[in-house]
Amino acid sequence: MFKAVSALQGVSFNDGIAEVRELGLRGMITLRGDLADKKLIKAVKGFAGRMPEPRTVALKDDNIAAWMSSDELLLMVPHEDVSSTIETLNASLQGTHFLAANVSDARGVFEVIGPHAREVMAKLAPVDFSPDAFKMGMFRRSRLAQVPAAFWMNEQDAFTVVCFRSVAEYMFDLLSIAAQAGSEVDAL
Amino acid sequence: MLILDCPCCGVSGEETEFHAGGEAHLKRHSVGSTDDQFEEYLFMRENPHGVHLERWRHNNGCGKWFHAARCTTTLEVFGTYSAQTYEPPQEIKDAISARRPGWSWRNFS
Repeated sequence: MFKAVSALQGVSFNDGIAEVRELGLRGMITLRGDLADKKLIKAVKGFAGRMPEPRTVALKDDNIAAWMSSDELLLMVPHEDVSSTIETLNASLQGTHFLAANVSDARGVFEVIGPHAREVMAKLAPVDFSPDAFKMGMFRRSRLAQVPAAFWMNEQDAFTVVCFRSVAEYMFDLLSIAAQAGSEVDAL
Repeated sequence: MLILDCPCCGVSGEETEFHAGGEAHLKRHSVGSTDDQFEEYLFMRENPHGVHLERWRHNNGCGKWFHAARCTTTLEVFGTYSAQTYEPPQEIKDAISARRPGWSWRNFS
């Protein structure tokens, strides 16, 4: 059996206006189906405590359910729990039209923390990051510079960024450069 | 710069978050159609100076297709609407009429 490793193996950048680090392995499951289906809602409630509203994220302990589109959720669990979670989903959704696919190793996950985290994000994405516009619990898919990404806040001034694994190095370089020392804009 | 509201996920984003998908409401003439119809489908496109109906995809977002009504001259966006329709809904037509009275585009007005 091979040993799973994340794209950048936990690399971090600490010398700037915000701390950037790769969060290592995280279990991710794409769940597609009819989001209004009772069985699916029940399964998601069992997983994350509640069904996430459009463009939001539901968190319960280590489990995260994020609204990706009108027919897709992204479920996040500790990396070692992926198989058992998929088995649970397969069992509870039997008979409905759905897909639960393990996409853990197709993704890179980063965290941007610090009082200037909003600024670092705002430099890269065409999204309003002012505290009145981007709030806790919101989940946004957009782009960071040239690559697609999804992000939300786990706590104040702590963004989690999910991107494709193939662009993880680009993403880390991007976030590190946007966070370089002395690059505060103080616009937000 | 266009600001589009995706009717599928509700995000209001600027145009680099989306991708243009060409003219809207084309009939896909294929098997059983005449050569003229097929030529029309393949090559004949509107190129208006004003109101235009287009397909767009929210490629850096929810990934869904939708329709947008906009002005090619001023880049004003009149509205966006579902992809699952053969013609613009009445509220989009009304929104265009409010800004561009007497507009017409192909056989819509």
